[in-house]
Amino acid sequence: MTAAQLELTGITKQYPGVLANDHIDLAIASGEVHALLGENGAGKSTLVKMIYGVVRADEGEIRWGGEPVKITSPSQARALGIGMVFQHFNLFETLTVAENISLGIDEEHDLKQLTSEIEEISEKYGLPLNPHQHVHALSVGERQRVEIIRCLVQDPKLLIMDEPTSVLTPQEVEKLFETLRRLSSEGCSILYISHKLDEIQALCDRATVLRHGKVTATCNPKEETPKSLAEMMIGSELPVCKRTAQARDSEVRLVVRNLTIPSPDPHGTDLKSINVTVHRGEVLGIAGVAGNGQKEFLAALNGEIMAAQGRIELNGAEISKVGPTERRARGLAFVPEERLGRGAVPDMSLSNNALLTGYREDMLSNGFIRFDKVRSYATAIRERFDVRSSGIEAEARSLSGGNLQKFIMGREIMMNPQLLILGHPTWGVDVGAATTIHQEIVDLAAKGTSVVVASEDLDELFEICDSIAVIAEGRLSPVKRTSETNVEEVGLWMSGQFEAGEGEVGHAA
Amino acid sequence: MLLRLEPRQFTSKRMQYASPLIAAVLTLIAGVILFSALGTNPMVALHTFFVRPLTSLYGVGEWALKATPLLLCAVGLSVGFRGNVWNIGAEGQLTMGAVCGGGIALAFWGDEGPWLLPLMLFAGILGGMAWGAIPSFLKNRFNANEILTSLMLSYVAIQILGYLVHGPWRDPEGFNFPQTRIFGDDGIMPVLIEGTRFHLGVPIALVFLVIVWVFMSWTFQGFKVQVAGQAPAAAAYAGYSRKRVVLLSFLISGGLAGLAGIAEVSGTITQLQPIISPGYGFAAIIVAFLGRLHPFGILLASLLMSLMYLGGEQLQIHLNLPLAVTGVFQGLLLFFVLGSDVLVRYRIRLVAQPKEA
Amino acid sequence: MDGFETTINILVGTIRAGTPLVFAALGELITEKAGVLNLGVEGMMLVGAVSGFIVTVLTGSPYLGILAAIAAGVLMALIFGGLTQFLLTNQVATGLALTIFGVGLSAFIGLNYIGTPIQGLQPIAIPGLSEIPVIGPLLFNHDFLIYLSIALLVLVSWFLYKTRAGLILRAVGESHDAAHAIGYSVVKIRLLAIMFGGGMGGLAGAYLSLVYTPQWAENMTAGRGWIALALVVFATWRPARVLIGAYLFGGITILSLHVQAAGDSVSSALSIIPNPVGEWILAVINSSHLLATLPYLATVVVLALISRDATKIRLNAPASLGRPFHPGA
Repeated sequence: MTAAQLELTGITKQYPGVLANDHIDLAIASGEVHALLGENGAGKSTLVKMIYGVVRADEGEIRWGGEPVKITSPSQARALGIGMVFQHFNLFETLTVAENISLGIDEEHDLKQLTSEIEEISEKYGLPLNPHQHVHALSVGERQRVEIIRCLVQDPKLLIMDEPTSVLTPQEVEKLFETLRRLSSEGCSILYISHKLDEIQALCDRATVLRHGKVTATCNPKEETPKSLAEMMIGSELPVCKRTAQARDSEVRLVVRNLTIPSPDPHGTDLKSINVTVHRGEVLGIAGVAGNGQKEFLAALNGEIMAAQGRIELNGAEISKVGPTERRARGLAFVPEERLGRGAVPDMSLSNNALLTGYREDMLSNGFIRFDKVRSYATAIRERFDVRSSGIEAEARSLSGGNLQKFIMGREIMMNPQLLILGHPTWGVDVGAATTIHQEIVDLAAKGTSVVVASEDLDELFEICDSIAVIAEGRLSPVKRTSETNVEEVGLWMSGQFEAGEGEVGHAA
Repeated sequence: MLLRLEPRQFTSKRMQYASPLIAAVLTLIAGVILFSALGTNPMVALHTFFVRPLTSLYGVGEWALKATPLLLCAVGLSVGFRGNVWNIGAEGQLTMGAVCGGGIALAFWGDEGPWLLPLMLFAGILGGMAWGAIPSFLKNRFNANEILTSLMLSYVAIQILGYLVHGPWRDPEGFNFPQTRIFGDDGIMPVLIEGTRFHLGVPIALVFLVIVWVFMSWTFQGFKVQVAGQAPAAAAYAGYSRKRVVLLSFLISGGLAGLAGIAEVSGTITQLQPIISPGYGFAAIIVAFLGRLHPFGILLASLLMSLMYLGGEQLQIHLNLPLAVTGVFQGLLLFFVLGSDVLVRYRIRLVAQPKEA
Repeated sequence: MDGFETTINILVGTIRAGTPLVFAALGELITEKAGVLNLGVEGMMLVGAVSGFIVTVLTGSPYLGILAAIAAGVLMALIFGGLTQFLLTNQVATGLALTIFGVGLSAFIGLNYIGTPIQGLQPIAIPGLSEIPVIGPLLFNHDFLIYLSIALLVLVSWFLYKTRAGLILRAVGESHDAAHAIGYSVVKIRLLAIMFGGGMGGLAGAYLSLVYTPQWAENMTAGRGWIALALVVFATWRPARVLIGAYLFGGITILSLHVQAAGDSVSSALSIIPNPVGEWILAVINSSHLLATLPYLATVVVLALISRDATKIRLNAPASLGRPFHPGA
């Protein structure tokens, strides 16, 4: 191994209330693919933001090619030869691909020349892209390519990738890995951030593991087992939730027929003739890459956007013409993906957030709020779902992602819904809370509730679902029993390669 | 930079109360500087501005009187502001309230009874509501920005009043002055405290203040307004109708502004004339924010703002300073109120040059 | 005065009435393109108008007056910028405050100048071209500021769509988080945009007090700052359309004045319209008050028509318009 391209010693960063990074040491050789492994909240993002100059460290030293450097801005990082692909893309929807890439380049350049350069790189690394297209017209995978090419046009010596695969199909992940391996063979170092153990084992030469802001291990992941990596990451074995026997029975709960909705958002996805049937006690997973219509489909089920064509039935009665309030009255509950600002009002107390959708639980009389009932409901949620907060008067935004999610889930579950809809329930949640949430879902189904859960995490869906369908470009695939399909097939479907189905398990396919 | 804002983990309850006080103190300091710059002894000027108006019973009556339209408009506006509905046309709704209520007084002139005043108040409220309903309809139906439409309609309302008092409603015995007849006795608010002009409008305003407080703090509909304002996506998720919040906000704020208008003309002015308000509808925006959009805060804020109007008049009479000083003060006060609000959610830290990584 | 001359006069009047709106709306357009909603245009215009007027009275030079108006507008904008960008105040409320403050401040400092006569800015006839019939008086016999407004329009379009700085400005307005993460100083760029908006607002005010009606009167902008704000929406954030909108509103203002002057001939023409509609129209024409409502009503109607297509507004409006930005968050 050659001398370290990047070396960090004693990097420390304090945020109000959290020590995000506590004396982190890390070294990456040139051409090395180095994994930064850790669960949500372990301090990975803070650390790379410091390397890229977005955030400044309180203490510690960064050496670049052996020389101590102070990275005070992203443009300085780029000048050194550091590129970064963020988890949340930093793209401008109304601008073209070339303009977006141009914005990430500091030196003076000619847009025309840049365009041909983009075409060249996209050819060379197998990242097909049209530089003249507007970003809002691109798929998520294509958007990631824009981010990657934005780095590559500057000939980086280190490429930082923050959770790059969460937006890709399994097949796209393979292609990305090829690109990354090629870059590494050309001498470019890669800092690869992830919490997915199999990816790290497949791709990385070395791994630094973070837990609670500290380095807990440095290892060669290829010599480790998933079990040992998980132990380094979370301090124990990966917990799994316990499945009871199949709870699904033949009673039909939800029927969606030819649901068609043009998206109200010009950058959104239109829903095209969606068909699906969900039975009592069934957990149906909706897989798919973000931005393929999940958001719109869930909002349509909840009644926030109305069907242009087609119908939705709950327990045999049509609900497609009524709004969320009426659907809730008929037993529907919904936990949206966005917790702060949608599932909960950030600046309101937990008790007021219990009132938000829980008002039906005897909290009103003649239009007046019965605050005693509100408080007792909030207290009950907090106790039953182990929500860690300073009390029910704590503001929603003061809770961690996992605790807020448990609160919102609890609020919806305690209403004993017939149908529970979930948008990416464990997004940004630590492993412990994720397991609790999975267990709640499985237990709920065992009691007869039907669950529709949309998620980009295939592992999660295969763990908790009875059946799986895929949404791609606003179309829904046939539904398959989880036991009768696999990651490869679902992955293919995620890229849109399926014939639209009848939407019901059990029909001869 | 040496000063840095740091988000607080919890909003500071202490700062919620302290920040309006900080703003008031900063405005006082600015006043001292302003008066010094004008060559006036600042202590004398501040005394004239803030204390002198209240040295007589009559003055105290005027204080309450001027606070009344501010209070009514601001309490109404605060409902919308909490719901992220920006009605800034209270001046126009106030004017239309005065026009409609005053129109009733004129229509029954010489043929009246004790039923007249309640009818006028009712017409005033309806007039303000109707004028407020226009921007809410345009918002709900056409997505038109309510800030701009409600403001434009204020200019229209003021011109309509001008048209009426210059034209069809002009007092036939009024020597061509642009004003209407003086309302009949049954169309004038009874004075409650002798030796002052303190009239029935003041307690009526307080009743509405309490009603709005109950509505916002205790009813589910009031809760929905707050959710719509703080997190529109959460309101949509929970199934609260945005359109209803827009309409309701405009009806409440328009109705209360209309009441303020009719209370003003039937209580203080006793006739319609081209100018019936020195900008109460606009000043009420400041009052609403200074009062932290809370009814009882607004009560205090409207008293402060009313004092500033009276103080401005005193400055003009006794120190020969222009009335426009009041406007400058109002603007400064609002700047300071908004600026010191940052302390509620952020902590200001003095930071030494950051230690380099 | 024959009909032909009247038409030319109306058109010239339209350009003159529209020009302050062009300045103010172009300034606000740049501000909004950077993602900032400054509702204080009216206040900045008033302070610009009074400052320009006072400096012109004191120095005798309307050109110095114009510079003073721009400077005053920038200073006003800096109050707004400081509050919204550093203290993270609500942009809507702060803009309102700026207007309220500007109304008070301009009335205060202009008190001794009400009714003072000045020599306003004179038209510059472009030699040769201004003698061409029709086109000459229409296009080549204007004051310096009208030529400047057209030049600025071209400049703003070129800046926004042809320069890198313009690209960066649009990027900041679209997503401040992304712009920040890439390494642009969102606050600095926004402050510059806000200052530009202020300078243009001041210039618009100067046009009113130095050219349009060369005098100072309290509240002389009469809502033009708000109309300028509406124009930005009308133009769906595109500079060239600002010009169309501004002249449209200028035209309505001027026409209503001419209708009033033409009073009798118009009323006889209207007698063919059946009552009561004819009577209503007559009442409007005969009342200067009701005629004065037309530009405001037109603004309301146009806003409703343009905003009706929510998709179009969302595609054109800067995505982070009005949202506060705190880099540490």
